[in-house]
This record gives sequence, C-alpha cells and structure tokens, in this order.
Amino acid sequence: MLSIKNLHAQVDGKQILNGIELEVKPGEVHAIMGPNGSGKSTLANVLAGRDNYTVTDGELIYEGKNLRELAPEERAREGVFLAFQYPVEIPGVSNIYLLKAALNAQRKHRGEQELDAIDFIALVKEKMKLVEMKEELLYRSVNEGFSGGEKKRNEILQMMVLEPKLAILDETDSGLDIDALKVVAQGVNSLRSKEHAVILVTHYQRLLDYIVPDYVHVLAQGKIVKSGGRELALDLEKRGYGWIDQPDNAKSATVGAGS
Amino acid sequence: MSSNTLDLDTLIRRDYAAGFVTDMDADTVPPGLSEDVIRLISAKKNEPQFLLEWRLKAYRHWLSMETPQWAQVHYPPIDYQAISYYSAPKRKGDGPSSLDEVDPKLIETYNKLGIPLQEQEMLAGVAVDAVFDSVSVATTFKDKLAKMGIIFCSFSEAVREHPDLVEQYLGSVVPPGDNFYAALNSAVFTDGSFVYIPRGVRCPMELSTYFRINASNTGQFERTLIIADEASHVSYLEGCTAPMRDENQLHAAVVELVALKDAQIKYSTVQNWYPGDEEGRGGIYNFVTKRGACRGDNAKISWTQVETGSAITWKYPSVLLEGDNSVGEFYSVALTNNRQQADTGTKMIHIGKNTSSTIISKGISAGRGQNAYRGLVKVLKGAENARNYTQCDSLLMGDRCGAHTFPYIEVRNRSAQVEHEATTSKIGDDQLFYCRQRGLSEEDAVSMIVNGFCKQVFNVLPMEFAVEAQKLLDISLEGAVG
Ligand SMILES: Nc1ncnc2c1ncn2[C@@H]1O[C@H](COP(=O)(O)OP(=O)(O)O)[C@@H](O)[C@H]1O
Ligand SMILES: [Mg+2]
Repeated sequence: MLSIKNLHAQVDGKQILNGIELEVKPGEVHAIMGPNGSGKSTLANVLAGRDNYTVTDGELIYEGKNLRELAPEERAREGVFLAFQYPVEIPGVSNIYLLKAALNAQRKHRGEQELDAIDFIALVKEKMKLVEMKEELLYRSVNEGFSGGEKKRNEILQMMVLEPKLAILDETDSGLDIDALKVVAQGVNSLRSKEHAVILVTHYQRLLDYIVPDYVHVLAQGKIVKSGGRELALDLEKRGYGWIDQPDNAKSATVGAGS
Repeated sequence: MSSNTLDLDTLIRRDYAAGFVTDMDADTVPPGLSEDVIRLISAKKNEPQFLLEWRLKAYRHWLSMETPQWAQVHYPPIDYQAISYYSAPKRKGDGPSSLDEVDPKLIETYNKLGIPLQEQEMLAGVAVDAVFDSVSVATTFKDKLAKMGIIFCSFSEAVREHPDLVEQYLGSVVPPGDNFYAALNSAVFTDGSFVYIPRGVRCPMELSTYFRINASNTGQFERTLIIADEASHVSYLEGCTAPMRDENQLHAAVVELVALKDAQIKYSTVQNWYPGDEEGRGGIYNFVTKRGACRGDNAKISWTQVETGSAITWKYPSVLLEGDNSVGEFYSVALTNNRQQADTGTKMIHIGKNTSSTIISKGISAGRGQNAYRGLVKVLKGAENARNYTQCDSLLMGDRCGAHTFPYIEVRNRSAQVEHEATTSKIGDDQLFYCRQRGLSEEDAVSMIVNGFCKQVFNVLPMEFAVEAQKLLDISLEGAVG
C-alpha cells in the first residue's frame, strides 16, 4: 500500500529526514516511536503533503501512485488521512459543515453520490456513539474552544466518517486520560481490517496496550534505527530512548522494516 | 506541495461578471462643472426652485472645500472638470410610465445582472428601483406598495410628486456642506431612490435599489432618502455594478435615513462596483456618505454592508442616536484584493439616554489590498447609560496586503460603557492544510475559512443577499492565496 524508500526531507530548508525506509501493507498497523524532535511529525506531514515540507530525495509510492506528485487534497481523496497532533481552530465554520464538505469531496472523487444532509447526519450520529463525543460539538466552530481531549476525539470522529485506506495518527494519544485513550483505540480498531492500514505515531507505548501493532519502528535523527514487533515498544518503555539514540548505533541498527 | 500554492498566484481570476457595457443612445451633458451645468441638470428634471437653490448653495460651499486627506487611501487628484455630471439613456417622450415602456436593452442589461425587472419574474418579496447612470429607469411593485401608503419611487419622481416631504427631510441628516463629496453630491445629484413608510406600517417586502454605471467619463451621484414614520418598519437593499474600464470613475452618493419614534430601518448593501484590474488600472472611486438619524425614542437603524468592489472605498455609514433607547448597528465585511483600497467604518453618536450601538467589522485583505477600519464612538454629555460594543477583526491573506484599525472613542458621560475588541489574524497555512487534508480543494478551503470569518455579518443579511455575498467573496478572492 505504502512504500517509502530512502526518504530525505527538509522543513523550511532544514534537513530533518535522512533516509527513511518503510513498507506498509493493507491490514497492517505500524507504530512509529522515537524521542521528541526525531522527525515523527515531519514524516507524517510529508506523507500528507504539507507545504514547506520538501522531499529532497527518495520515493513515496502509495497504491502505485507517486505521492510526491499529488496535492494534499488529492492524497486525502485517495484515502490518506492525518489525525493532527495539534488540530487547528477554524472560527465560524461549523464542525459538521467541514466534515460533510470533506466526505462529499471524497465521495465525488470516487464517483459516488454525495450524501444529503439526512443521510449524513445519520452516519455521523452512528460514528459518534463510538467516540463518546458530545453532539453539541458538531455544531460548534471547528475545534474552537474544544478541550485537548475533545479535539482528539474529533480527529477520530473525522477518521471514522471518512474511513481512510491509510490513517496516520500523530500523537493522538498524548495528553489524553485513559478513557479518551480507549476511545481512540476503539476508533482505530474499528477501522482495522484487510483494506485499511494505520501508522501510529506515538511517544509512549501506553496506546499500544489498546492497539496492538504489527510492527514497531524507532525513529531517531530522521532515520528508522530499529524495527521489531510489539515487544520493542515494551523494551523502549523499560530502557528509554537513550540506548538507541546514538548516531553510531543508529547506523548499524538500520533495517528495512516490515517488508 | 509548495508548487501547488505558487501556481495559485497565477490561477485564473474569474472575470468580473458585471463588466459588460450596454450600447445605449444617451443624453449626456458635456464634461465640466459650473453653475450653468447645475442649472441645466435642474432644468432637465423640471425641479422646483427650492431645489435649484439648494444645489447652488451646496455648489458654492463645495468650491470652498478641499478633498479630505485623512483617509488611508491614495489616488491622483480628480479633475472635476473632466467628468460629465449627467448621462441618461435617451427615451421617447416623458419617460416610461410603466415597465412595458422601458427600453428592452435596459431590461436585458438588468436581466444579465440577475435583476429581472418584470414583476412576475422577480423574487417575490423584493421591489426594485433600477438606477442606470444618472436616472432611475424602472421601479417595480410601486402600485402594490402605494395601496399601503408606502412611497417607493425614483428621487426625481419624489421631487415632482412629494416635494413637501423632500423639502422637509432632504439634507436633514447629511447637510449639504457635511463633507467634500457630500457637498459635490448635493450640487449635482441626478437621481436615486426615495422611500416613505407611513406611521405603523410594516413594509411587506424588501425594497431595493440597483445602481448601474454604464456610460464612460460620467460620475454617478445618486441620493437616497428613506423616511420611516413612527412605528414603521422597512428593510432596504442596495446593489451596485459597473463595466470594466481602464479609467477610474467617481461614485459619490449620499444616503439619508430618518427613523422616527419606534421605527426601524435595516439598510443592507452589497457593493460590487468594478474594482480595477490586478495592476490597479481602472475601477470605481466609491466615496459615499451614509448616515441615519434615530429621531425618536426606541428607533433603530441597522447598516449591513458587504464591500467587495471598487478601486477605493471611502464610506462610514453612521447613526445619530437622538431618541432615548434608540439603537444603532453596523455590520460590515470589507474585502480588498489586488490593489484595492478601503477605508471604511462607522460613526455612532450617542445623544439620547439609554442608547446602544453595536459595531461588527470584518476586514479581509488579500493581494496588495489595503484595508482600514475607521470608527468613531461618541457619547455626548446628556447620553446617560450609553452602551457600545465594537468588534473589529482583520484577516490577512499573504504578506503584501495591509490591515489598519483606527478606533476613535470620545466619551463625555461617565455612565457610558464602551467595549472594544480587535483581532488581526493571517489566514493560516495550517487552517488551509487542515481543510485540504480532509479533501477540500484549496479554493473551497479558502472560501470556507473566509465565510466562517464573516459569519456574524452574513447572519444578519437578508436571505437572498447572504447567498449573493458569499458568491461575491468567492469570486473576489479567486487566486488570492499564495
Ligand atoms: N518549521 C520548522 N523549521 C525548522 N525546523 C523544524 C520545523 N518544524 C520542526 N522542525 C525541527 O524538526 C525536527 C523534527 O521535528 P518533528 O518532526 O516535529 O519531531 P517529533 O514529531 O518527532 O517530535 C525538530 O528538531 C524540530 O525542531
Ligand atoms: Mg510530533
């Protein structure tokens, strides 16, 4: 589904990613862990096509398409979804209005009929039960005045309504209490199937108690320095990032992950 | 990625759809301004003596005045002798007495602009006065309104048919010498709309004027006078367009509103005069004086404006809160793109007791547009318990545009409560990216964000106008990102 080869990328002219290799197949859940500043969000943003995140070398192939050539909205319509680490506020635009516009833009792209208001509301209400979000938040401006937890639940709601093929969650778990964490996990697990793949960016292994990943990768200084299974996350929790956060170590630990 | 955004800079700007010219035989007075020209205009319109004298007095005053320099706008000096002060489509006889007699070319022009003048085709519930260059060419639903005692007609007709009302109220809110452009207008105004709502009557439909500049080298100087007698209600809409031309054209209008005791006037404008091209060539100079007086207790005047057009906009729709408990409102969206300049805002003058005013101003600047909010809240000595709330938000798109805020507050009474909030934000790359990441095109994302920004104002626009305003913003902003 997604093949990342030798990915080098800059943010505002600063080199951040230094040769990432990653293969993600349909149905898989990959966790990407790593210390602060290691480039996790950069990778997520590069995949989603954010401005000022410039790929300087390497390949990004998604479903046979060169992602580098697609605008952010084209990637979204092809099924790439990013749950933001810091969801933005959009004053005056109601949450439900944005979500409906988004879903219909994607349906249109797939040649499906746009949903009318009634069908749309029914769909959203069904999904809302799973994320335990207050209905009132649908009619407020996007993320405006939402608590941290509400913002994250909202990201998960959007993900569940849009049903992306490839969902990338950027630290959706950070700052959440255990109940909210379970909600996020439920959302991701409900999406989990043969067709859908998930990349979970996380700083802590806590979330992985609820979403068991197929692979865990450790990112340090813009490179994947270690890959393994679920146990790698537990190891990291015990030993911290110190033992892998060495350039020398990094070189020898590089492995092609999950292929 | 970044290349997508750069491309947007050169993306097509949808043409100014109202930019066509109608080929009309016109009766146009040669350029130049003098007492003789004013006499000629007055004579062409068969005006009573009082009005001619009123005009001449205004003209003499104007000669002693200088163009205002305080606004945040820049333009070369205007040659007032190069402008023609009167242009009217030629007509047979005395002019149309019914719509059937209106020149089909004019009907077609208004149809193209989406303003059908045939009553049966009109949006039910909106009566239109169509002003083409210097004269009113048609007024719809007149008879139906007349049955309720409502007078809705061209200004010229009001001068002929209701001279007493005109003489009583003309200049009573905006005196002829009020300011440079108001004085000029008072001297040379040619037509406009007149409304009188009798005591206790709620006008059953929206009244509207549609202003169209067609002829070149002419100025448009129209005058609107609305009188809402005691306990009456009226909602009035104003729309404007002009052809695309390389030279600038002057539009200096005056609007006067009088709301007597318990009366309410809601005045909404969607201003879409030709803004000029990307380089700032051409476009309308929109130098307009609009003022309302709440001349009785519990009167209410509400201005709502969506200003997307014009090369330069200079206007401050204001309210004189004379009656006790009277209410003034000003809701504004002003957008400047390319080289457009806007200096706009309001004046709320609190005179009576327990008067209150609300000001919501949304300025959007894109391209090299310059957008200034200029507002005065004045509370006079006797205005016990005056209240004002002002909110002034600016949205910047790109880094070559500017937003400026000049709030003036003068309070002479200690019981006054005056609140002012102001924000300036950039249309966030992160907001745009967020929307695009969900599948929206960049243009749809911009439109959604900008419309969200304007929501407080759009919410108070009459239905038909709200849709129109949203479309106008979209068109005016096309290609503005990057
Ligand atoms: N806009 C930017 N300009 C310059 N450096 C940046 C920018 N954004 C992030 N960085 C730097 O890139 C590195 C990786 O950041 P990020 O991808 O956010 O890491 P993580 O998500 O793993 O904490 C950090 O050193 C950070 O300071
Ligand atoms: Mg991060």
